[in-house]
Amino acid sequence: MTEEIIIAGFGGQGVLSMGKILAYSGIMQDQEVSWMPSYGPEMRGGTANVTVILSDERISSPILDKFDTAIILNQQSMDKFEKSVKPGGMLIYDGNGIIRHPERKDISICRVDAAEEAAKMENTKVFNMIVLGGYLKVKPLVKLENVIKGLKESLPERHHALLPMNEKAIKRGLEIVQKIHEVNS
Amino acid sequence: MKELKLMKGNEAIAEAAIRAGADAYFGYPITPQSEVLEYLMAEKPHERTGMVVLQAESEVAAINMVYGGAACGRKVFTSSSSPGISLKQEGISYIAGSELPCLIVNVVRGGPGLGTIQPSQSDYFQATKGGGHGDYRLIVLAPSSVQEMADFVKLGFDLAFKYRNPAMILTDGAIGQMMEKVWLEEQQPRMTEFPEWATTGKKPGKERNIITSLDLDSAMQEKFNLKIQEKYREMEENEVRYETFECDDAEYLLVAYGTSARICQKSVQLAREKGIKVGLLRPQTLFPFPKKKISEMASQVKGILSVEMSAGQMVEDIKLSVEGKVKVGHFGRMGGIIHSAEEIVTALEQKIIGG
Repeated sequence: MTEEIIIAGFGGQGVLSMGKILAYSGIMQDQEVSWMPSYGPEMRGGTANVTVILSDERISSPILDKFDTAIILNQQSMDKFEKSVKPGGMLIYDGNGIIRHPERKDISICRVDAAEEAAKMENTKVFNMIVLGGYLKVKPLVKLENVIKGLKESLPERHHALLPMNEKAIKRGLEIVQKIHEVNS
Repeated sequence: MKELKLMKGNEAIAEAAIRAGADAYFGYPITPQSEVLEYLMAEKPHERTGMVVLQAESEVAAINMVYGGAACGRKVFTSSSSPGISLKQEGISYIAGSELPCLIVNVVRGGPGLGTIQPSQSDYFQATKGGGHGDYRLIVLAPSSVQEMADFVKLGFDLAFKYRNPAMILTDGAIGQMMEKVWLEEQQPRMTEFPEWATTGKKPGKERNIITSLDLDSAMQEKFNLKIQEKYREMEENEVRYETFECDDAEYLLVAYGTSARICQKSVQLAREKGIKVGLLRPQTLFPFPKKKISEMASQVKGILSVEMSAGQMVEDIKLSVEGKVKVGHFGRMGGIIHSAEEIVTALEQKIIGG
């Protein structure tokens, strides 16, 4: 199994840390992982993205231009990465601020309205964990218990009081993700 | 016991150096390698091992601090990125000319000039052919994973001390910024005994140790040059390191190091799905260069493509190794652009197979 993922959105949405938690979760179940962020001028202008690979084998290229899954959190990223999903792949997006919704028919499309849900939970900081929950529901490649372990590893100890809140957000994401379009891959 | 962590390449270098028992780090920040200095500052290795971490006032100051530390027989290192490494060249030449060990990390970004902060491999000539003046060489190690970033720190120090010569880790912004799994070695104690050549104070009944790269007597200077050349030949004999991937039945060969080698692994898979029998040779040492292995492979394959994020630098060493036996081509992107795996396959088809 090899899962090649791009997570893309605004800086500050927790894109990089969500990728890091996912990578740690992979390590918790003995997978090979890589985490390759965009850095430098690409990030100016507010967009941030990270490529995460989870695999049972040694990972070849950490830099990709086609993905099994794209997790898209703003319109610019939608414009850039909808076309980068492999045929039969998965696109997950947050509808908040999206003007042009995904149109491809050869990929599965799911929507997780995490921004709205985070506002309801009165904690915008857990936004990325709600998105992660949505991903785990539609691509159950990493066990929830390993994600919780991964979360613990990637958070500095002084923040461990926040673990239950993050776990709750992940679980909320599992519940609210909706399938918009499905293809058999 | 080894410890498993998820780390950036730059952080792995810093942590591996603490664990290798380094005595000091002298550096100056520059993207994309500032995490080395940042990690060391945050980690406070002085409290763990007594290691000194110092942000110098400039790159020139940092390399001269390395020169001083190395002269005392200490395990010292510095890191920078391309423009900063250019500034350090005078010091590096002096260190090589004084036969001192040290480790220099170059997390390469696109050039020339200030260039870009995105990854590149355009400092190959500078690293392998002597970036400063004079007939000297660096031991040049080229990691292609975060694990190797960590492993090559210890290897770099070991080789530097073995040959009394500076060693360089030549990596790039992509591996520096990327996180992967890394198994970290146990903490090694810092040295308590120092090499006999080190300037640790005059002992009674013993001559002073003098560290200098200056000798105005040409006959002596030539003798010195012959001696260090002998050392470089010894490195070529004993320290070549490389890895092969799918080479046994290969009809074509890709040669790539660092980030390019990772992408080429994917290109090999893609090409083989198309029925093209291609393999990859990945030099782990750029000096000494795996000349013999490439020459052997040249007898087996129909053509060789060098893949580098440069205008074609390593390709010259490949051509020297192949000696005209088979066609050798180059494919590379520049200025911080990273080639895609598909592009490499297309280049192989057009430049080598079809060309």
